Amino acid sequence: MKQNVVIIGGGIAGLEAASQLLTLGYSPIIVEKSERLGGHVASWHKLFPDMKPASEVVAELVRKSADANIFLETEVESANLLRGSYIVNLSNGVTVRTGAVLITTGFELFDAHRKEEYGYGIYDQVMTNSDLEGWFNGNPDKRIDGQDMNRIGFVHCVGSRDVKAGNSQCSKVCCVTAVKQATELKERFTQAEIYCFYMDLRLFGKKYEDFYINAQRDYGIHFIRGRVSEVSENIDGRLIVKAEDTLSGKPVKVTMDLLVLMSGMLCGKDCRRTASAFRLETDSDGFFKSRDNITGITESGRPGVFYAGACTGTKTVPETISEARSAALAIHNYLKDA
Amino acid sequence: MIYQGKQKIWSDYQKDMPEDGWFYARSCIRQNFFPASEKYFLTICRDVLGKDIIDNEHHTTCGGISYHSDTIPQETAMTIVARQFSIMTECGCRNIVPSCITSFGNYTEILETWREFPELEARIREMLWKSCRREFEKPEYVAHASDLMYKWRNEIAERARYRLVDKETGEPIRVVEHIGCHYSKMFPHKGIGGAEYPCVLSGMINSWGGEMVDYPERRHCCGFGFRQYLVKANRGYSISNTHKKFESMEPYHPDMIITNCPGCPYFLDRWQYVIAEMEGRTYGRDGFGIPVFTYEEVAGLVMGYDPWDLGLQLHQVAVEPLLDKIGVEYDPKAKYLGLNRKDIMKPELPKGLRCF
Repeated sequence: MKQNVVIIGGGIAGLEAASQLLTLGYSPIIVEKSERLGGHVASWHKLFPDMKPASEVVAELVRKSADANIFLETEVESANLLRGSYIVNLSNGVTVRTGAVLITTGFELFDAHRKEEYGYGIYDQVMTNSDLEGWFNGNPDKRIDGQDMNRIGFVHCVGSRDVKAGNSQCSKVCCVTAVKQATELKERFTQAEIYCFYMDLRLFGKKYEDFYINAQRDYGIHFIRGRVSEVSENIDGRLIVKAEDTLSGKPVKVTMDLLVLMSGMLCGKDCRRTASAFRLETDSDGFFKSRDNITGITESGRPGVFYAGACTGTKTVPETISEARSAALAIHNYLKDA
Repeated sequence: MIYQGKQKIWSDYQKDMPEDGWFYARSCIRQNFFPASEKYFLTICRDVLGKDIIDNEHHTTCGGISYHSDTIPQETAMTIVARQFSIMTECGCRNIVPSCITSFGNYTEILETWREFPELEARIREMLWKSCRREFEKPEYVAHASDLMYKWRNEIAERARYRLVDKETGEPIRVVEHIGCHYSKMFPHKGIGGAEYPCVLSGMINSWGGEMVDYPERRHCCGFGFRQYLVKANRGYSISNTHKKFESMEPYHPDMIITNCPGCPYFLDRWQYVIAEMEGRTYGRDGFGIPVFTYEEVAGLVMGYDPWDLGLQLHQVAVEPLLDKIGVEYDPKAKYLGLNRKDIMKPELPKGLRCF
């Protein structure tokens, strides 16, 4: 009989790990709290740097993990360690005995309402990176549909690297996501002037620099080094955005038709509950604490409990998938030895 | 504008203020600028609404104006404030309600600093003892006077003689608010509605029948900015700030401005005259300016007090067009008559700004 492995979270990390565990001869059980698989990536439109449709990535991962047991709209109620195995009680009434648990609970986006000065939820023409991806995916949005789009702004680091917002870490993917979204919007609104307001541009991955250069050279995106201080609305319902261009040392005030806030990544609200159920530690950034941040990133301090993906910190899609494979191998080695 | 979004923020920044035990700390400059405002705060809240507010003649300036002008060190400002607390304690009060926004910011900043650095509080206690032989209890609650008027705004509305509506059309009077910088920009959770979308004044306006109008430069400095004005060479900054605000609000055609700071109404009012003289530009209808009020003056108007008893003749911008629009009764001939109908003399009227 195949050994069970409970995977908490049905995003791309959970799906990739399930696929690998199936190949290794295990019976993965995915516990997903929402009504669908794929996590945040499932609601994204295209992925940098090659603009591959996110739906294709998710579809491929779902196909490869189709033989796993999948419980949707289900959460872990409690877990007990009994003679080397975990007894995991699920909210759907099912109890699973498993030798290993993989946590892939991912992240949640910073609630942009909290940065009150940017006016999300107050001014009509302010949206988040997630809202924009929804529009790219075909969801109607009155902030864009039927509106003149002559000037569009992107605000980087919304709720990231922000001590006052209680989130000091860099969210790692927002800079390149802003570059991606800015070029996508420029393709649709060719006449629009697009501005990115950034603190630092942290573009480190494969082809990211090319992506950034293209955005400037081929798409004419303006990059302004400075944080937006204030957003307000004029009598026409357009946005007045104030910032300081710290390279030229001058304040700037731009009237915009749309402002996109690059909400950062936080550890999910459920992190503490899962941590409590399995007696796991969280790190100073709120994410799960790995055994070692260099050599043991997929391992928790508890026997048989492993991590993959953004539940231990902000990660890109390729990093998440690589880590899921790594975790699957670590689980295999653990169960083999056990 | 998504009004529900603002309501959500307002609900996050409410203050649970005590009903009684208030010590009133007056402003060092408001009685010169708006001589009836503090009097009518006490008249309305203490005498009419029957609230427990003590006014004591032995307290002084809070030192905030000097502190923010960089003319005294913070320890000196703290010792002055410690003396205010000592008088509050002597009067048997537990809570302090400053009239001035800068005082409110000053008290709040000092209490927060003492919370972070208790050794500094101990040093200030020692300095107060050495200089005055005084001791003090810290206030349990610090509220700005506009907070209390917000708290009791509906009680005022129940007793109102006038509503902030156009008597001809029944439409709400269009009001622009200006919140003093030291109200909640330093400590957002200390202000009703927070720092970005405060509702301390808009709440009063809504209760009294008016309509609050947002505009792009709502948060911008009024132009006082302490050293912008106090240093003579900087006064160009002062008036350019005020000019920016008026240019921004003018397309919305506000009927009036309500403020909760000593400096803001003064500069928003007086600089309209200067802008008119310099540029021939006025922002109200028919060559008038946009009248600027303290919240006590607005409360006094809706309660039906005589506009001249409220000191509105000391405003630079004529208030009569607004009084006429609301239907407030007044005697134009009594505008420049003081106590016992003494002639206090009519000032020379400006050329650029239409006044009475």
